Parts: sequence; C-alpha cells; structure tokens
Amino acid sequence: MTSTSTAPSFDVGSLRSQFPILGTTVHGRPLVYLDNAATTQKPVAVLESLDDYYRTQNANIHRGVHHLSEVATFEYEKARGKVKNFIGAADVREVVFTRGTTDGINLAAHSYGRKFLTEGDEVIISAMEHHSNIVPWQLVCDERGARLRVIPMNDAGELLMDEFAAMLSARTKLVSVVHVSNSLGTVNPVNEIVTLAHRNGTPVLLDGAQAVAHMPVNVQELDCDLYAFSGHKMFGPTGIGILYGKKDLLERMQPYQGGGDMIRSVTFEKTTFNDLPYRFEAGTPPIAAAIGLGAAVDFIGRVGMSAVRRHEEDLLRYATERLSAVPGLRIIGTAREKAAVVSFVLDHAHPHDIGTILDREGIAVRTGHHCTQPVMQRFDIPATARASFSLYNTREDVDALVKGLAKVREIFA
Amino acid sequence: MSELNELYQQLILEHNKSPRNFRVLDRCTHDADGYNPLCGDHYHVWVNVENGVIMDIGFQGNGCAISKSSASMMTAAVKGKSVAEAKALFDTFHAVIMTKIGDEVPDATIEALGSLGALAGVREFPARIKCASLAWHTLVAALNGAGSSISTENNG
Repeated sequence: MTSTSTAPSFDVGSLRSQFPILGTTVHGRPLVYLDNAATTQKPVAVLESLDDYYRTQNANIHRGVHHLSEVATFEYEKARGKVKNFIGAADVREVVFTRGTTDGINLAAHSYGRKFLTEGDEVIISAMEHHSNIVPWQLVCDERGARLRVIPMNDAGELLMDEFAAMLSARTKLVSVVHVSNSLGTVNPVNEIVTLAHRNGTPVLLDGAQAVAHMPVNVQELDCDLYAFSGHKMFGPTGIGILYGKKDLLERMQPYQGGGDMIRSVTFEKTTFNDLPYRFEAGTPPIAAAIGLGAAVDFIGRVGMSAVRRHEEDLLRYATERLSAVPGLRIIGTAREKAAVVSFVLDHAHPHDIGTILDREGIAVRTGHHCTQPVMQRFDIPATARASFSLYNTREDVDALVKGLAKVREIFA
Repeated sequence: MSELNELYQQLILEHNKSPRNFRVLDRCTHDADGYNPLCGDHYHVWVNVENGVIMDIGFQGNGCAISKSSASMMTAAVKGKSVAEAKALFDTFHAVIMTKIGDEVPDATIEALGSLGALAGVREFPARIKCASLAWHTLVAALNGAGSSISTENNG
C-alpha cells in the first residue's frame, strides 16, 4: 500500500452522514470520536435493521413452525452466511455466534483447553495481549496443570519472532495471539506465526477484535485455526461476536455451555449434541444483534475494506506526524506495521487529566491501561491516552486532537 | 473552559507539581494501599498516631493531577488533627464532592473545608470523583486498621 492520499472513490463526507451520532455535540462542541478501538459508532443501515427486526420479524429461532419464527431463523442464518463470506470461511458451519471476542476466547479456552491440555503442556500468548486473551488461558492452565508462556516484544512493540520460534516444542498445545494490538496498534506477523506453529503441529487462535474493521481479513489465507472478533467494533451492535473455527477442529472440541439449541436429544441418562455450529450456541442467541451484524457486514462491503485500510493508513501517517511534533509527547507503540491506533503519554500531564480536558473539547479518547496492564508494565508507564481511528475519521479530527492537546499543555505548563 | 478552570485551579496544579508529605514514614502506626483499577491510580498512605492524634502522615504513589493533589492536600489538612476530626473532615469533603450537579453546597460547608474546598469543582466531573476521594478512602482504611488495600470499586 503506497498511496499517499485517500482513494478518490472514498467519500468520507458521505460515510459520516450515515452515522447519526457524528452529527451530535458534546459539551457544546461537535463530537470528535477517536475511541474506535473501544467501540465503533453505528450506521443508519445497522440501526434500521435492528428496528425492522423488532417491528416486523421478531420471534425465536430454530423453534416454531409459525411464519415469524421461520423469518427470524432465515434472517439469523443469512447473517451467518454474510459473516462467512466477509472473513472468507470455507463453510457456514465454521462460523459460531458468540457474545463477543471475550466470549469467543473463553469458548476456546473451555472447549479446546479443557479437552486437550494436560499437565506439562504449554499455551503460548504474547506480551501485548488484551486481558481477555490472558485470563481465560491462566484459568484453564491452572486447572489443567499447564504452563502459560509469553512471546516478548521489543521497545517498538514488535514481537520477538526468534524467541517465539524457540518456545515452540512438543509441549505447545496452542498459540493464541492478537492480530492487531488494541493499545499499541501493532499489526502482528500472523502469517509467520501460523506457519511456525503449524510446522510444530500446533493450532493457532487469533484475536481479531481490532483487525476486522480496519483491514481485509481472510481466515483461509491466514490459515489460522480459530479467529475471534466482536460485532460492536465493526459497526454492529454490542452483545454479538464470532468465533471462526476450522470444521475438523470445532468437531473435536467439547461443548461450551449446555442448554437448548445445542442438543439433538436429551434424556436424563444421556444427551447427544447438535451439529456445528449450533453445538456451541446454547439458548436463545441475540438474534437482533446477529442480524444487525449482518447489516454491518453489508455496510463494510459497500465501502470496501481495501479503501478503508488506505484511508486509515493516511490518518495514521498524518496523526503520527502531527502528534510527534507536540512538545513532550511520546508515542507508545512504534511498530513498522501498525493500524490507526496512536497511544501516547505527555510530559507533566497524566492521561486521565488529558482525557478530561479533551472531553470538554468534544474529543473522545480512551485513557488508562486499555485492559493491557502487562503492556503498561513493559513500557513502565501507568497508563496512556489513546486515539484510535475508523473509516469515518478525518484529518480535521487529528487537527482537533492536536489543538486540544495544546489546551492540556497550557493547563499543565 | 470555566468548569475546567474550576477543576484545574492553581492550588491543585501546584499540589500536583510539588506534593506535600510525599514520603515514606520511617515509623508509622497505620498504613494502607489504595488503588483505582479503572485508571491505575495507586497510592500508599502512612500515618503515625499518638494518643489519638495524627502526629505525622506521608504518601507515595502515582496517579492523575486530581488524585495526587487531593492526597497532598489531605495530608496537609489532617496533620495535627485527632483521628475523629480527620474522619469528620473526610465526611464533609465526601459530602461536598458527591453533591449532585445543580444542587447548592452551603458556603459554610465549603469554608469548613479550608483549602480542600478547591477540589469542590470535581463534582462537575462525575468520572473524576473517585480520583479526588482515593487518598481519603485509603487514609480511613489505614486508620480503621484495615491495613491491607482498598479499591475504588468497593467504595463510593
């Protein structure tokens, strides 16, 4: 990707007009929303799909023979098909609806970890994982007597691949790493990670929460075994997410939660489980949210993920350049391969104070440890302020941020 | 900008830059750890109580301007006071910063707070109230002999 400006077909103004919240004000200032790594805003198409579902299609799925139940089931499964195409999965049965990335990783930890991990086995994660890709593995490793190992990173926030290669052994039962770091912006060399792990006979889970709305993702090209992500970080509703898994792996994993829909037959003596993917979808799922996620996939498809990536690369370059020129500002996370996430600290001003002052300017950034406390420890800082961009952000948003930081410096001079 | 100026007034910025009693006490009768897991603010407070009077107090730690200046101003305010007086001062301080936006705080109450009244502006920033109260909760935990650590997520 060598483009230096936004592709001509990418009309950010028309995109922005599809997000009602971007037209609102905060503390009397136009909203500048730079907290997209936490959650993205929702386009009208998604809002309307939710409204339409509850107004005209609402019923439980896979249950009744009545008309509405058939409509709801059809729409829910249609959304699954859209997600399958979106991530390039080979089969809809490989697409499991979850509550979000955290739920997907917990599913994997339970259904893969508790089945396949035994004493002395190892699970490899990385130094830049979100807590949601640390704690589930700690819990299952503690229970099974397995060991959690961590790929270290350099001062730029890049994984040390030699160390990773040296960690792999016959004891390694799973590698679970983040595709794009939420606090550093690093895009990890996931192809290389998968290749090395597979050469060792080890399956790989990728946490794609920060990737799917920012770059083209194709699970067959990645050749990963599991891929988890959230709907709400890709313009969809909260409460819905996806765990993609290769069919032969999902078939060998044990069920997650028990209940309705995940069974074929139940007697008090024995239960037989349903086929994929329903085996992992106990109970009534968030049907409306799944359909809303389908609408979000359609929206992304109309914009085009390659164009989004180019637009965000431009924003990242511009933001990095402008923020680097702010006196006393240090960017945390300077990997060569980065997504449009800029974490920073500022001399004499704590991130929490930065966040409050920017908020009064209408600018929403995240401050804190971003659920990556080990990353903060690695860089020996308590917290950062983080601006994270999406397809509807503009260079003007970056300018507003830089202007807001001038206010911060004025107060904390 | 007026509410911001109210929050980040000179006295607060000055305490943030040069916190008072920012030291470990060699000898102490009470101490406790205070932590806000949401933003990572983390302080330790040491107190030396003799005959029911706070003879010395110190704190160390890391956090935002509001939490650090509040800790600094707290140590200056309670040194030399009885434990009962210090707790009563916290009750007044807590009541002020928890007063709902729009509700009046009586002038007499602000006056009773002395320089701590500078932090009254925090009530306009609900997300920051826990920053202002963290050191106080830690002090009370120390005085009550909880002796371990407190978290803002278990306290108002």
